Amino acid sequence: MTTPELAVKCRQLLKTYDTGDQKITALQGIDLDVHLGELMMLVGPSGCGKTTLISVIAGILDQDSGQCDVLGVDWLQLSSKNKLLFRAQNIGFVFQAYNLLPTLTAAENVAVPLIINGLKRQLAVRKAAELLEKVGLAKRAESLPSQLSGGQQQRVAIARALVHNPRLIVCDEPTSALDHQTGIHVIELLKSVAVASDRALIIVTHDARIFDYADRIAKMDDGRIDSVTVVTQHPQFNKEVENVT
Amino acid sequence: MNYIALKMLMGDRGKYLGIVMGLTFASLIMTQQPAIFVGLMARSFSFISDVGLPDIWVMDPKVQFVDDIKPLQDTELYRVRGVEGVDWAMPLYKGMIKARLYDGTFQTCNVTGLDDTTLIGGPPVMLKGKLEDLRRSDGVIVDIDGARDKLAKKPTVNGGKPVPLDVGDTLELNDRRAVVVGIAKNTRTFQSQPIIYTTYSRAMLYAPRERKLLSFVLVKAKPGEDIARLVQRIRDSTGLAAYTQDEFKTLTVNYFLKNTGIPINFGISVLLGFIVGAAIAGQTFYNFTLENLRQFGVLKAMGTSNWVLLRMILLQAVLVGSIGYGMGVGLTALFGYAMRNTILAFKFPWQLLVFSATGVTLIVAFAALISIRKVIKLEPAVVFKG
Repeated sequence: MTTPELAVKCRQLLKTYDTGDQKITALQGIDLDVHLGELMMLVGPSGCGKTTLISVIAGILDQDSGQCDVLGVDWLQLSSKNKLLFRAQNIGFVFQAYNLLPTLTAAENVAVPLIINGLKRQLAVRKAAELLEKVGLAKRAESLPSQLSGGQQQRVAIARALVHNPRLIVCDEPTSALDHQTGIHVIELLKSVAVASDRALIIVTHDARIFDYADRIAKMDDGRIDSVTVVTQHPQFNKEVENVT
Repeated sequence: MNYIALKMLMGDRGKYLGIVMGLTFASLIMTQQPAIFVGLMARSFSFISDVGLPDIWVMDPKVQFVDDIKPLQDTELYRVRGVEGVDWAMPLYKGMIKARLYDGTFQTCNVTGLDDTTLIGGPPVMLKGKLEDLRRSDGVIVDIDGARDKLAKKPTVNGGKPVPLDVGDTLELNDRRAVVVGIAKNTRTFQSQPIIYTTYSRAMLYAPRERKLLSFVLVKAKPGEDIARLVQRIRDSTGLAAYTQDEFKTLTVNYFLKNTGIPINFGISVLLGFIVGAAIAGQTFYNFTLENLRQFGVLKAMGTSNWVLLRMILLQAVLVGSIGYGMGVGLTALFGYAMRNTILAFKFPWQLLVFSATGVTLIVAFAALISIRKVIKLEPAVVFKG
């Protein structure tokens, strides 16, 4: 069990993919801690293992070896059923491609995690509409994703990640599909509504424009964590990371 | 989650309609073609059904079906009457005789000769005249379909409609005058020849000269008599073939099934309908699932279990299956209704509903199964792939 302040504790995480002819090692002994109340960004070049790492942290991919505790629970110790339950209650997701269900309205999309957690649909949609108001989309609750701009869709996705009050939110490139201004709005929104003392945010990103919003940045390369930098103590880190990506 | 499943399904109208149409088509073919087949088969024994009243049909042992007439000697009637347990036994003539129409053309007709006294074996429904009118001089009763169609008179004006044969009109049967005294409604027969009813004695005059002319002996069992035992007793004591109504119908249908290509032809149609329906619906449903795989991945990542996803897919499959089945069956019923007064054979028993429901269920199960397999094997980590 981890200490309560830690949202994520990874020790010697190892993950390889078997592609038939060869084995690709995506994670080579990752050690990483993410604290509650923290916004951690994972950066690094394409193929360095960022997505694999958040997949393992989010409990949607099993590591080959090593330990990954999330909110004090070791994923590998959970049965499949409990894993699903834990994920449904404690993890929120924001994706690069938004991944909204195209045939559901914005409010219905936001309500999905609540419905998965067993809440009645009408109540879930009502709660979702309230959250949409928080992200500035009260008037678009009945719109389909196709009727929304990219930025609006990402705001719906953020509301969906938050609606069930999870304690860990994982975001995969949340701003990379958006223009500069919209990207800044989205990260500001994430920072303002998602960061809380009892919750941690992990954002995988290439987008140097948003590095300043992180509390810490973990730089990955070739399946390893090269460095973990506290942004407030290293204001020039942006440029350093920019060069890496 | 059911609501989400239904919205996923119906949100994409094009795909949704594609799947429903595929199943509708399969269901339509799987009911309409067998309905025509059953209709045709039912026509093969419609004469037996129309005669109705007797419990047992007695005939030459070589007879293979109802139109396969192998005449008996008239004395056989008295031998049957002598069998213990027989309440009454009546003669019936059935044969094909050429009728000469008023304009000199000829038409082969199915002539039925009824017992002169009782007129047992007459048409089920009289539309004009009465059955007893057969006792009038040269009287015959003609079925309405024959009267309107093959026996109809030429139009009175060029390009007009043929004039149906009516009461009072005359025909010639084997050079003998026959006067129409009634119009009857019969179940259409397999051969679709006009049906003419007359008395047994008059039928003997119309029929070509032959040593034996008695086609069937119609038997009614005494009240409380065991029919099966009586059938056996008639067989044993006369050496003739005796069948209950149902047995005779089965004998007739079996002959058509074994000796004509009808079942194979219809079977191929039904099989093609099933295969094409399965291909269209299965492929479209599978494609629909593939296109929604990412959405299923998102739901899986968010904590939806495989069991719930399976239920969602099954619900989608059951819904499109039910709608497609309902529409297909509805269209078949509509087709049957629209064709009710035409020559087309059509019979839609409840067994066909079960048959097509089974077919559609198989298609839907197949489509759902291949889709479910894909979703169950889906790694939720797919959601992080760009």
